[in-house]
Amino acid sequence: MSKQTSVPRKKKSLGQIMNTPGVAGYVFILPFIIGFLAFLALPMILSFGFSFTRYNILESPVFIGLENYKTMFFDDSKFWKVFGVTMYYVLFSVPLRLIMALLVALLLVKSSKLSGFYRAVYYLPSIIGSSVAVAILWKRMFASDGVINALLQTIGIPCEIAWLGRADTAIWTLIILAVWQFGSSMLIFLSGLKQIPVSLYEAATVDGANGIQRFFKITLPMLTPTIFFNLINQLINGFMAFTQSYIITQGKPRDSTLFYTVYMYQNSFTYNKLGYGCAMAWFMVFIVGLLTFVLFKTQNKWVYYES
Amino acid sequence: MKTGYQEKRTIITAIYHVFTFFFACVMIYPLVWMIMSSFKNTNEIFRTAANLFPEEFSFSNYQVGWQGFAGYGFGTFFKNSFFIAGISTIGAVISSAIIGYGFGRIEFKFKGFWFSCMLLAMMLPFQVIMIPQYIIFNKMGWVGSYLPLIVPQFFGQGFFIFLNIQFIKGIPYDLDEAARMDGCSIYSIFIRIILPLIKPSLVTSAIFSFMWRWDDFLSALIYLSDPLKYPVSYALKMFSDPTAGSDWGAMFAMATLSLIPIFLIFLTMQKYLVEGIASTGIKG
Repeated sequence: MSKQTSVPRKKKSLGQIMNTPGVAGYVFILPFIIGFLAFLALPMILSFGFSFTRYNILESPVFIGLENYKTMFFDDSKFWKVFGVTMYYVLFSVPLRLIMALLVALLLVKSSKLSGFYRAVYYLPSIIGSSVAVAILWKRMFASDGVINALLQTIGIPCEIAWLGRADTAIWTLIILAVWQFGSSMLIFLSGLKQIPVSLYEAATVDGANGIQRFFKITLPMLTPTIFFNLINQLINGFMAFTQSYIITQGKPRDSTLFYTVYMYQNSFTYNKLGYGCAMAWFMVFIVGLLTFVLFKTQNKWVYYES
Repeated sequence: MKTGYQEKRTIITAIYHVFTFFFACVMIYPLVWMIMSSFKNTNEIFRTAANLFPEEFSFSNYQVGWQGFAGYGFGTFFKNSFFIAGISTIGAVISSAIIGYGFGRIEFKFKGFWFSCMLLAMMLPFQVIMIPQYIIFNKMGWVGSYLPLIVPQFFGQGFFIFLNIQFIKGIPYDLDEAARMDGCSIYSIFIRIILPLIKPSLVTSAIFSFMWRWDDFLSALIYLSDPLKYPVSYALKMFSDPTAGSDWGAMFAMATLSLIPIFLIFLTMQKYLVEGIASTGIKG
């Protein structure tokens, strides 16, 4: 009886329900939720579990408690070596790349007929730099009979260094490759530079500030948010570097260029120690998270936000 | 006085151009060297490494390289790469547009929570989840097929979602209102109003997606074992392994070919690339 009166009022058609924002919102982000749960959350949780097991893909995992982490921190000397190598790579390549990007951005912010051409040329390496093709090229360039030595000889520096064969130079070939790809950071800096109000510079010039003062008092502070954003992004990417180490040097000589991700890959897929690989992945999450956290904490000391 | 000032300016401009141009040449020298070397015969690459131009242009490296290795030609690898990158890009662009609209235009419960999940997904690199993902895909029997490379692309990619959200936020709400007055549902607003207006961010997403998938080497390394299925990136690596013989000329030829799609995108779509990077800070 009441059914007949209340139901038609209460019941919306399926179309109407679907058209309420509360429902439609979820319809639209549904692919993300599924993907997030299936390809990110679930793997992360599983890998946390697996990091406490001995697990090769053929047999089922055996719980071994903190054994993997203990091995990692105390027994596996290669682990710390690899960690150090990766840190060294990140600590040099990221700041150098950002400095390079900033300097070239300052050079290119001055517009001329050739601006577009310059921008394209400086940007190109960062688009192709992480490809296998360039990795192979790099390997050949720095060989003892490669183009680097040949060019050094033509300008009168006799040089037969096997750049990739020595622990002190091999890592630098990888750092140079990373710095070479400063293009996308440069573009970000360029757009940051263009957003600095001209009035600031005019006022400073009126007050008698010279170019260097203008750079340190206006340009640099105004760019700090961009630098900060770039720094975090590049640090994470630096830690994830894989192809360079895997293809160009294969970690040689004597593991001096063996990156963290490559060692993690080897443990998981070459030595078939997936549990250990998971533990390494989680340690990486921890380190990257920690670095990001520390950077965020320091940002009010040096990052300038216009209020 | 005035002419002296102008003269000084001209000199400074000249110095600026000489320096910027010279440094630009240094920057692209490795690439030009590789392309030029691909036309030299192999012993010439070693003998005349310092010479940029080959003694005579020869296409034999391309002929030899195209044969590939162990009976698998580069024609197959290129076809595979176009397939993987193409399908992945379609999936990533469509799903990211849909998700971007959800986040950028609609108010719903726990939106903040899901948005932070999205940022997390955007920041978290593939390397962190590759091992557990492998375990899951292995359980599902997907290892050895293209599914692990392609399927995750159909559930939105953080950077593209982000790009779309930014773009959608710039579209005036009046348009939605007017459409709603005319009886458009939330869904038809997306298809008729929003989608046509976010074309630039769709193009940008498509370009980046294609380039990243084309370059992707790590997931092919992990998931593929049948040479018939190799994409170009992975085939190049196998080709460069010492066991396949070190024919550097052929290798440079194939490396150069593998970069051509990227070069073409770069030349024709530079505007989108630059804007995409400048507006979101996407790594290129």
